[in-house]
Amino acid sequence: MVNLETLLVLAVFGPLVGAIVAGLFGKRIGNVPSQTVTTGLLFLSCAISWYAFARHTWGGQERFVVELLPFIQIGDFMSTWSIRFDALSATMLIVVTTVSALVHLYSWGYMADDPGKPRFFAYLSLFTFAMLALVTANDFMQLFFGWEGVGLASYLLIGFWFHKATANAASIKAFVVNRVGDFGFALGIFTVFAMFGTIRFDELFPLIPSMAGKTWHFIGQDWSALNLAGFLLFVGACGKSAQFFLHTWLPDAMEGPTPVSALIHAATMVTAGVYMVCLLSPLYEHALIARDIVCITGAVTSLFAATVGLAQNDIKRVIAYSTCSQLGYMFFAAGVGAYDAAMFHLFTHAAFKALLFLGAGSVIVGMHHEQDMRGMGGLRKYMPLTFAAMTIGTIAITGLGWPGVGGFAGFYSKDAIIEAAYAAGQHNNAGMFAFWIGVIVAGLTAYYSWRLAFMTFEGSKKWAHGHAHVADDHASHAQIESHSEPDASHDDHGHGHHGVDEHHPPKESPAPILIPLFVLSVAAIAAGFVFAPYFLGEHQADYWRGAIYGIGGEGAHAAGEHHEHPPQWVVFAPLVVSVLGLLFAAWFYLVKEGLAKRLADNGGPLHSFFYNKWFFDELYDFVFVKGAKAIGDAFKWADKNLIDRLGPDGFAWSSLFSAGRLSRIQSGYVYHYAFVMLLGVAGLLTFAFWLVS
Amino acid sequence: MLELFNHPAAPEAIIAIAALVLLPVGAFVGNARAALISFLGILVLVAAAIVAGSNQLGVLFNGAFVHDDFAAFAKVAIFLASAVAIYLGHGWLARRDDEKFEFPVLIMLAALGMSMMVSAGDLISLYIGVELQSLALYVLAAFRRDEAKASEAGLKYFVLGALSSGILLYGVSLIYGFTGSLQFADISAAVAGGAGTGAVFGLVFLICGLAFKVSAAPFHMWTPDVYEGAPTPMVAFFAAAPKLAAMVLFARAMDAGFLGAQAQWSQVLMVIAAISFVVGAVGGLVQKNIKRLLAYSSIANIGYAILGIAAGTQMGLQAMLVFMVLYMVDVTAFFAVIMALQRNGQEMDTIESLRGLKREKPGKAIVLTILSLSVLGMPPFSGFWAKYYVFKAAIGAGLWPIAVAGLVASVVAAFYYLRIIKVMWFDEPVSPAGPSRAGPSWVAMAGAAFSFPLVLVALYWLDPLARHAAAAFGLQ
Repeated sequence: MVNLETLLVLAVFGPLVGAIVAGLFGKRIGNVPSQTVTTGLLFLSCAISWYAFARHTWGGQERFVVELLPFIQIGDFMSTWSIRFDALSATMLIVVTTVSALVHLYSWGYMADDPGKPRFFAYLSLFTFAMLALVTANDFMQLFFGWEGVGLASYLLIGFWFHKATANAASIKAFVVNRVGDFGFALGIFTVFAMFGTIRFDELFPLIPSMAGKTWHFIGQDWSALNLAGFLLFVGACGKSAQFFLHTWLPDAMEGPTPVSALIHAATMVTAGVYMVCLLSPLYEHALIARDIVCITGAVTSLFAATVGLAQNDIKRVIAYSTCSQLGYMFFAAGVGAYDAAMFHLFTHAAFKALLFLGAGSVIVGMHHEQDMRGMGGLRKYMPLTFAAMTIGTIAITGLGWPGVGGFAGFYSKDAIIEAAYAAGQHNNAGMFAFWIGVIVAGLTAYYSWRLAFMTFEGSKKWAHGHAHVADDHASHAQIESHSEPDASHDDHGHGHHGVDEHHPPKESPAPILIPLFVLSVAAIAAGFVFAPYFLGEHQADYWRGAIYGIGGEGAHAAGEHHEHPPQWVVFAPLVVSVLGLLFAAWFYLVKEGLAKRLADNGGPLHSFFYNKWFFDELYDFVFVKGAKAIGDAFKWADKNLIDRLGPDGFAWSSLFSAGRLSRIQSGYVYHYAFVMLLGVAGLLTFAFWLVS
Repeated sequence: MLELFNHPAAPEAIIAIAALVLLPVGAFVGNARAALISFLGILVLVAAAIVAGSNQLGVLFNGAFVHDDFAAFAKVAIFLASAVAIYLGHGWLARRDDEKFEFPVLIMLAALGMSMMVSAGDLISLYIGVELQSLALYVLAAFRRDEAKASEAGLKYFVLGALSSGILLYGVSLIYGFTGSLQFADISAAVAGGAGTGAVFGLVFLICGLAFKVSAAPFHMWTPDVYEGAPTPMVAFFAAAPKLAAMVLFARAMDAGFLGAQAQWSQVLMVIAAISFVVGAVGGLVQKNIKRLLAYSSIANIGYAILGIAAGTQMGLQAMLVFMVLYMVDVTAFFAVIMALQRNGQEMDTIESLRGLKREKPGKAIVLTILSLSVLGMPPFSGFWAKYYVFKAAIGAGLWPIAVAGLVASVVAAFYYLRIIKVMWFDEPVSPAGPSRAGPSWVAMAGAAFSFPLVLVALYWLDPLARHAAAAFGLQ
């Protein structure tokens, strides 16, 4: 039997090998070999991950760390390349490799007509490697490496269609916004190292209780050191996981190809922040102010993103805001101390959100790269399998299920979060705030998710009568919005650049697209009831084994805090609001089709507010972009008129000016020369006299 | 017989006798044999250089004549530079069918004067040396007496030189009055405890007189006009050996005669250096004539050499010697290129006329580029090392403000050297004016070769020699 450690090394570095092969030699070996190598290695990686996960969950495999190579060693600072295997990393391993493998497969179909396939697959594999390095990190340095690695891959993939101006702008935006978060993250790492003298998680965590209550004096004030570290690290998480204030890049990231959106901007990378907060649960449990900040930020994000999602018309943008909102759920779960619920929601969300994105991708392919839902409708008849998958995904995300009986994946994790928030709310205002927002957002989620499903698959076929792109008259200028992907295929299809119409109705997608949809559908249905006992239920302590603070470890006292049974109305509240959301969506988009459009066209202030994403892009454009420009202009002015004028230009000018003067004195007359000489003598004599006296 | 050559004054005797013999000989054989006289003059100067480098050191004529390491170093350089000047000048005159046998004789007399200057042990021998050299130079400046400009240059040089001699003599009389002696050794003893106001006044007059000879500002006014008007080979000579002689004399007067007043003369020299930096760097910016440009360049460069003396240390003297030797090579080679270039029978001595030179004469253009970069002070060319020595010495002596001023000046001056390069390489040639012709210029090429790779080898020898020479005054 092969050693598990070796297998894990293989699982982590396999995608890197694939990326190198496809990236450097893709042109030489051709499309199909590049795709085969990357996809094959990813499926291998996925198989190993599941094997390891099974060993952990059912085989009693203990936590271990494989140390591979020293990375950086300066004085006390030591970092090692390693692979940490515990409950958290096992969970992340299966999430990342499974979604990634399915997305690789899906891309065979989705990117079939794209000329840059080897590059695309290389980026995908590179991303997967970086993500695996991130989740298996045993110290902050490797975590940061993975963090930046996924950021790089995300940048490359958002801008994959680099000839599209909007894609380039979006990739730059993602990169820049993430720099803000990474700045906080790096400061957080510095803080941790300054406090503890180590960045290794296993050395760090036992030290944390001793540091509780320690303060630092800075700018005339005492700061709680742990809270400061927790807050700074959370800033990093905010950037990567698109939380409030740093969320603006995520919707624009939809400019990338849809498989990328599914893999990076829904299932894996954006959840890295949640993963980190859960991993650092020992720290956050001793940094309660930072934890409350996490909770409130998460709650606000979930509400904000859900309201914006109500008014969007681009199918991918709706799902993007939905992702943002669900990430908010995970954060406030972590913020109330329910790290297990946060991780479980991460787990289930990966399944149903990847399903929704890939389903949306399938619709986009069917609609010939049309993304505006106002141009869709009635697709159920033409794309029945996609419709089934999307419906399963929608049920899963809205969390339909009967408490005490069972339901789809989202039901278990979301209800657990809302109940945990309620429990925490009994003695914490932040928790109660999060609880109410969680309930409201559950309703909003149901509304916009069903709205998406109804607009796309039901109702009249808007595409049937010519293909008029709906004018976006009240879209703001600062946002990046193109509503379509470059259609690399239209040349081959021989029916012009027109997408679909009555004579060319949408067709169901090919097998490489449908297989992942099927697998993910199964996951979206089953992930909840199969794994809930391990993540949340009776096997919980045995599953986490201390990987999350207070669960199954030595300090197992906190377990069960959120297992006291909440009142019945709390248990049923999510169900009621999500059914209400469903009914509203059905009323607006099925029964009275066209009503919503009329309402939107009337353009009430609230609709405009949501449609324009609370005007965040405008605000940032005004404050940061225009502000930076204004500062730049001021410096440019100062550079030209002060520094240049007084410095080089002024110096050059005065040199030339004096040169002109000097050459005028050089008149050619001997008596002038003699006069200057005598002046010189007189001057020097005066100087000497002054020196002597 | 050989013992005679070992005598401390042997080089001077050789040159004096040779000059006095060659003059009547030349008068008999006429200008047609000028080449022979020139050849003999070169031989004599080279021989004098060998003797000066190897003869016995000593003090003669009651201390009026001092032959020490410092003087020996300078004499070798001066004689060799004078020999090169004869070679260059004879060729230049020959190309114009204007060979004259007086030319080598005058150079030899000037060399004799310079030799006296560097060995001056009292104020009288100082004055004699200066006048002997100057009178020869006045004549050389007006050597082509048919040319109005050359005559004007010679006359201006003479009149202003006379004025400076007057200033110098006035200073000598003041010094004699206040210290009671003309000998540097006695003066040094008299001012050992600090000089009085009268002696310092005399010193300042002396400095002003010497500053004229090295063309330091504000006594530089003659320089641009004389450089422009005088025949190019004469200017090439003016710019090299006499400058070194005057600087060495300067150093000897200050360090051997007035060490006790160092606090005063150091300050005065710094002022002169600073004014020279400014005038030399700024004045060159608007010049159109290369010879005039080089006049300003030499004013600025003398500022650096004076900075070395102002440092008042052995390192400073060493820096001055190294600087002057490297500068002499550069400037001689620079003029050699100008002399070699001709268009329509005219010297190409304006910057405009160098336009597009790289197409017509790529070799000359490369040589001129190297020399420009060197004078500019671009590493690794010799000009850089020259300035490096000076700045190191100045900063070592705590004179960093003036060193900074020197650096700034060299940045400003870089403009006009770079402009020469730009004009040669990037401007369109002046085609209709007729093709340019070039004379032989191995001196220029040798100078260019010296300024980059050879300088590194040369410094290996020059550095200890200059240090040894500078040790003659026993400074720290």
